Amino acid sequence: MKKIISILVRNKPGVLSHVAGLVTRRAYNVESIAAGPTEDRKITRITLVVSGDEKVLEQVVRQIQKLVDVIKVDGIPHESAMTGELALITVSLPRERKSELMNLVSLLGMTVKTIEKDSITLQVAGSAQRVDSAINGLSPFTIKSMARTGLVALPLGQNGEGADPFP
Amino acid sequence: MHDKPPAAAGPPPPKGTITGAQAVVKFLLDRGLKTVFGYPGGAVIPLYDALYKSGVRHILARHEQGAVHMADGFARATGSVGVVIATSGPGATNLVTGLANAHMDSVPLLAITGQVPTTSIGSDSFQEADIYGISIPITKYNYLVKNADELVESLAEGLHIARTGRPGPVLVDIPKDVQTSYLKYGEPNEIRLPGRDPGEPPSEAAVAALAEALERSQRPVFYVGGGAVAAGVAEDILRLAEGSDAAVATSLLAKGVFPDGHPLSLGLPGMHGPKYSNMAINESDLIVGLGVRFDDRVVGDVRRFAPFAKIAHVDVDPAEIGKRLQVELPVAGDLKLVLKALQGELKPGPKPRWRARVAELKKKHPLQAPESPEVVKPQKLVSLLSEAAGEDAIFVTDVGQHQMWCAQFLSVKKPRRFLSSGGLGTMGFGLPAAIGAALGAEKLQVVAVCGDGGFQMTLQELACARQYDVPVKIVISDNGCLGMVRQWQQFFHKRRYSETIFQFNPDFARLAEVFGVPGRRVEKPRDLPGAVDWLFQTKGAALLDVFVDPEENVLPMIPAGKGQTDFYEAET
Ligand SMILES: Cc1ncc(C[n+]2csc(CCOP(=O)(O)OP(=O)(O)O)c2C)c(N)n1
Ligand SMILES: [Mg+2]
Repeated sequence: MKKIISILVRNKPGVLSHVAGLVTRRAYNVESIAAGPTEDRKITRITLVVSGDEKVLEQVVRQIQKLVDVIKVDGIPHESAMTGELALITVSLPRERKSELMNLVSLLGMTVKTIEKDSITLQVAGSAQRVDSAINGLSPFTIKSMARTGLVALPLGQNGEGADPFP
Repeated sequence: MHDKPPAAAGPPPPKGTITGAQAVVKFLLDRGLKTVFGYPGGAVIPLYDALYKSGVRHILARHEQGAVHMADGFARATGSVGVVIATSGPGATNLVTGLANAHMDSVPLLAITGQVPTTSIGSDSFQEADIYGISIPITKYNYLVKNADELVESLAEGLHIARTGRPGPVLVDIPKDVQTSYLKYGEPNEIRLPGRDPGEPPSEAAVAALAEALERSQRPVFYVGGGAVAAGVAEDILRLAEGSDAAVATSLLAKGVFPDGHPLSLGLPGMHGPKYSNMAINESDLIVGLGVRFDDRVVGDVRRFAPFAKIAHVDVDPAEIGKRLQVELPVAGDLKLVLKALQGELKPGPKPRWRARVAELKKKHPLQAPESPEVVKPQKLVSLLSEAAGEDAIFVTDVGQHQMWCAQFLSVKKPRRFLSSGGLGTMGFGLPAAIGAALGAEKLQVVAVCGDGGFQMTLQELACARQYDVPVKIVISDNGCLGMVRQWQQFFHKRRYSETIFQFNPDFARLAEVFGVPGRRVEKPRDLPGAVDWLFQTKGAALLDVFVDPEENVLPMIPAGKGQTDFYEAET
């Protein structure tokens, strides 16, 4: 089972190592990890996607909760989360297939970042599914390199959630 | 040698400032942390300069591992925070075992390490080690102080973290240039940490549910752990147990929290606990864990632990609750607060049938203490020491068979009188921890019981004991082998004693003499009582090397992962 764990932490140096270290040390399976600022510059949000059985996941959440820098942890089931991800994909572009590719790009809702002589770099953002299907959709072409951010998430229907005031 | 620091080159310090190193010393003194253990080196020379004639008592160990175990023993014996100082690189990495040991047993330590200057960090410079990164999984929290302005705040927050909630070791890594920078020493703001406040009152509903279960229970057992020592609740537990006729099992770390020899005392549960302890747990209808981890050495096979019992678990660390076992009655919170609330809720009722059953189990299945006229039986040695040292002595053990015999046969009636490396099982802990304990609890007699193996891991600290005239009594349960491992090889590997028999051991008594510590050897049972008298009558530190039966085994034994009453039948 997959679970999204959304963590608010004090924005301290080393906090990401503490979280990442804990998760890997306990041999939990991390699918992705993403970190970035929140509306409060003293607070960082880390989004983890982990898989494992329910009991293991509960342990992850509790162990993370215990870390000194952690303000709040939410284990969010996939269906009750707003999620998003971004990917950059460079594909090789044989000149004669340019229009074929451009069709695909608009069909898959991607945007063009740069065009080189024989390659093109595309961007896609949205749900993980959308990113997955964009990548799959590009399969007639050769993907030269790719970077995905990993999922970021907010719980559904909790506007302003996570703004726990912390001095 | 200069008493006053030589005039510093360069511009005079800005008015109203002190150096980072001086700030560390001022901080220690202000917080009453007047005894520190450590070992100097290049990256802490400024700090040691500030310590010079400062009023802080610095104990110079002979190895950083010794220093950190001393700080640990000091903290366990006194209940205050142990402080250890080491230099960068090898000094810091030598702390690793001791930090992991303190982390596993939730001992509050403040470890201060020197680091190469901020300008060199990350360049593999001389004696650079990333102790911040290395110590993440083995500390409760850690800091790399990159700026002198953050120094005092980090120390204050670190100290707070080390001793509040579930205690633990905190490491503060201070680069050399931060130690020499000038800063304005200001009292840090009130410390506010994110997340849960461990001082929060426990949930009323949870306490009420526990009270109700305890009233209903016909066969209650309290399973008490090191958390009860940290929370200082020995008396509350005694009152509660007597009021509700609960039998009380104490984990290795909690030995002494409930008085050994009490009619309701079950002693150590688990792998090497007395049969009656595990049988009582097996028959119980309610196990109440109090500040305890339900360690695998106690629980064994999770599915067969206390099969008829509801499990209640009170712990200040919510992550412990339900970690290994399914818990029906979880109570997260400070033990002191929970027990107080419980006392208010509870209408205790005597359970004479359970009391009688416990007495019967204890009578029918006592620990076996073998006797021999030929060779000293280690169990006998431990009993003799217990009598001779008296109730107020602090016993410190190393790790191995002798540790388990101490857990079984020492009679300890107060908390902080039995110190042992539980979670990590660190050989080499005994002697330095005993030195630290003796320096912390100066009025109490401290006895270190070590194996011949573990003693050889940190024996250089004899020099430290001698230098500071620490009156620690050292007893070596000398079986000429790594007894505990040999026992497993005997039981589970057809007596293939692979690398567990010492073909050579030094003469420990003479070795002690070289360190200026009087030493004696005992080879025959008839000489033992006299030698024990000698040990306790000798002034200052003294060492007794006792040849014990090399074939003796720790029994009963429940093999790892087995059920609660699967006692191993050893052929003798
Ligand atoms: C640092 C360390 N290394 C290895 C072990 C594994 N170990 C556990 S008990 C033991 C034997 C200890 O022998 P000794 O100190 O002579 O005590 P005895 O069991 O003989 O009483 C060993 C090697 C350990 N616990 N700690
Ligand atoms: Mg031995």
